[in-house]
Amino acid sequence: MDKRMIYLDNNATTPTDPRVVDKMVPFFYENPGNAASRNHPYGWVAEEAVDYAREQIANLIHVDPKEIIFTSGATEADNLGIKGVFEMYSRKGNHIITCKTEHKAVLDACKKVEKMGGSVTYLDVKGDGLIDLDELRAAITDKTILVSIMYANNETGLIMPMKEIGQICEEKGVLFMSDATQAVGKIDVNPKELGIHIMAFTSHKMYGPKGVGALFVNRKNPRVKVTSQMDGGGHERGMRSGTLNVPGIVGFGHAAELAAKEMVQDAERLSRLRDKLESSLLANLEECEVNGNPDHRMPHVSNVSFKHVEGEGLMMTFNQNIALSSGSACTSASLEPSYVLVAMGVGDELAHSSLRFSLGRFTKEEDIDYAIEAVTKGVNHMRDLSPIWEMYKEGVDLSSVEWSEH
Amino acid sequence: MAYSEKLLDHFKNPRNVGTLDKGSKTVGTGLVGAPECGDVMRLQIEVDESTGKISDAKFKTFGCGSAIASSSLATEWLKGKSVDEALAIDNMEIVEELALPPVKIHCSVLAEDAIKSAIADYRKKNGAEVEAEATSEKA
Repeated sequence: MDKRMIYLDNNATTPTDPRVVDKMVPFFYENPGNAASRNHPYGWVAEEAVDYAREQIANLIHVDPKEIIFTSGATEADNLGIKGVFEMYSRKGNHIITCKTEHKAVLDACKKVEKMGGSVTYLDVKGDGLIDLDELRAAITDKTILVSIMYANNETGLIMPMKEIGQICEEKGVLFMSDATQAVGKIDVNPKELGIHIMAFTSHKMYGPKGVGALFVNRKNPRVKVTSQMDGGGHERGMRSGTLNVPGIVGFGHAAELAAKEMVQDAERLSRLRDKLESSLLANLEECEVNGNPDHRMPHVSNVSFKHVEGEGLMMTFNQNIALSSGSACTSASLEPSYVLVAMGVGDELAHSSLRFSLGRFTKEEDIDYAIEAVTKGVNHMRDLSPIWEMYKEGVDLSSVEWSEH
Repeated sequence: MAYSEKLLDHFKNPRNVGTLDKGSKTVGTGLVGAPECGDVMRLQIEVDESTGKISDAKFKTFGCGSAIASSSLATEWLKGKSVDEALAIDNMEIVEELALPPVKIHCSVLAEDAIKSAIADYRKKNGAEVEAEATSEKA
């Protein structure tokens, strides 16, 4: 068997860059201190390292280091942002606006807010995956305290119209939060320029270690505060208690510095490879389509539906060699297709037939060549097995068939 | 989640893939599942009228690896069985043979449904004979 392993699931997590690991190691051995220990050199060294990382991360997104709150990851940062704003600004209102294609960390935090007495509007997306700005404008009421819209979607790579959303929030005087997990470190993200007041992101999507993330919280014009969701020693200006993950933060900082230096050239190279992958698959195989607006996408992501082939089965034709994600989660009796694609109106059948390719810094051209061949072969194999492909080829109108849904 | 060798073998080298003439009186066709649900199985049997045994079975499946392996295995088991023996195939036998993980048990249920649906189709086409058999059994 071919032992080659190709990783095209960088939106799930990126491998840690060896240069990052090298920077982290001393903070397990020579420098094991707690950054909150103020009375001895171990603590001072740790604190200095955390301050330096905070600067590296702030530089990447063009903000003040004091505006970075460290968390355990983007999920915690999303929770802190949404629940923290809801509690802090409850006297101003109780209404939050978000969107149906957000990550579960945002959607589930919003559901919790609803249980806590808040009201949440979940905006639809258009067929191209982006929100309708007029709908957003119309949804804002005098009770609205927060608009939370993701920067780039994890499944499709679609980039939301951040600048326009920022302007609407500014006009209406509501806070603007963004889950920028998939964007920071991959493309230039500048929250101050876009009018973003709160922004969640994480280290392990930019070649840093897992278990550390951050929330950017704007300090001036406006001064934003969030109610802490973790009580304890009052770390991180009282917004997030808990001993700082010093080695993780050091790694996060160095990953941010590397991203600032390399993301433009990485993005250029990866978008070329992504385009090659996409155009080759579309040329080799009939009846496939790219999901989402191709002009508003992250450079390294492609989401493709292969009609009449189920995504998970397709992945099994090569998943001992290629790691990627499917829009079909055939893991329960309910067989849920991707809610992101369904919200875009892709249709349940096509959502089940989709694959997400996400490239990264360590993806080589030969990996893409291999993937093109393997996916083409896999789709052909699965179509030979597919009764609905046969029916489609015979000209049967599939919508007229009476399926026995189960 | 690691799949069993048997499951992977049925997935990579599916047995009895194909199509029988659904218009034929000796062929029964079962089509179960729906594209929106992520799996569709079409299972067909051909019954040798002289012996009453299933002489051929074919399938095509749109679905995950477990669904494909379950239907491939089902066609293997069907060949040589009488229609009544085929009806007795239980989904849990498929679960055991392929070591399906709990989240994939529905794939075996679908295969059992496909078998039952193919047999029902065959019996419908041959309605008179079925009734005759049933009567003779009673007597």
